Amino acid sequence: MPTILVALGAGFLFGLGLTISQMVNPAKVIGFLDIAGRWDPSLALVMAGALAVFLPAYRIIVKRGAPLFAPALLIPTRRDIDGRLVAGSATFGLGWGLVGFCPGPAIAAAGSLQTDALTFLGAMIAGMAVYEAIDRLSTRRPASQAG
Amino acid sequence: MFENFTPVSALGGGVLIGVAAAVMLWLSGRVMGVSGIAGGLLRPAGGDTGWRLAFVIGLVTAPLIGMAVTGSFPPVELDVGLGTIVVGGLLVGFGTRFGGGCTSGHGICGIGRLSARSIAATGIFMAVAGVTVYVTRHLLA
Repeated sequence: MPTILVALGAGFLFGLGLTISQMVNPAKVIGFLDIAGRWDPSLALVMAGALAVFLPAYRIIVKRGAPLFAPALLIPTRRDIDGRLVAGSATFGLGWGLVGFCPGPAIAAAGSLQTDALTFLGAMIAGMAVYEAIDRLSTRRPASQAG
Repeated sequence: MFENFTPVSALGGGVLIGVAAAVMLWLSGRVMGVSGIAGGLLRPAGGDTGWRLAFVIGLVTAPLIGMAVTGSFPPVELDVGLGTIVVGGLLVGFGTRFGGGCTSGHGICGIGRLSARSIAATGIFMAVAGVTVYVTRHLLA
């Protein structure tokens, strides 16, 4: 039960951060990615602000050991830069650059009820479902989970 | 120069996102990666859906509270055709799952852990997105 409330709160804080920083707006994200246009560095400061908190917080949390409401920290352990990581990230970058939505903002923007935003969300979920289908077919061995 | 730059709200919003990631890890031991959390809902593994669904509900609710305060939903502006939106959505959904993370999981949590995988992933999706914007909005426009 506590983990459900924690997730609800974390999701809410994350959504609030996306709202305040205007990252729910694809036009704002395209403004950052468009270095040759009227460049808007805002997204870099969003990441800087998040890392300013999370970099030190991560070190403190790991030093403390177990989390408060769960038996252990579930942190990715893989260290190799493999083909899936490279190809998947490049595929994501292509879609991100085409539209300006990444998963967090795409979900947060659902409440706008705008046709364009909901269409993107539906297509994104379909893309995730395609991955699940391929993953189920191709890996009979236990799937390796990363972040 | 930088006429669209909003440094204060960007930094403030970023800090909130960092706090959210820290709270998630400190209390539940989970990495706050949106593509992994949402994508996991499509995997019918028993007992694991509650917290994922709760995260998504919190994420969807936040801008609605903003709407209740300011009177209007924050701007969501897409300036591409429906075909591009569908293709983009498919690529983002598949790519983030295949690459093991997105802007939050790799870009914030992964870099925050100084993970070489996440630093590489973030460099790749940022670079490809930047090139894509340059090609579609400058070379082809």
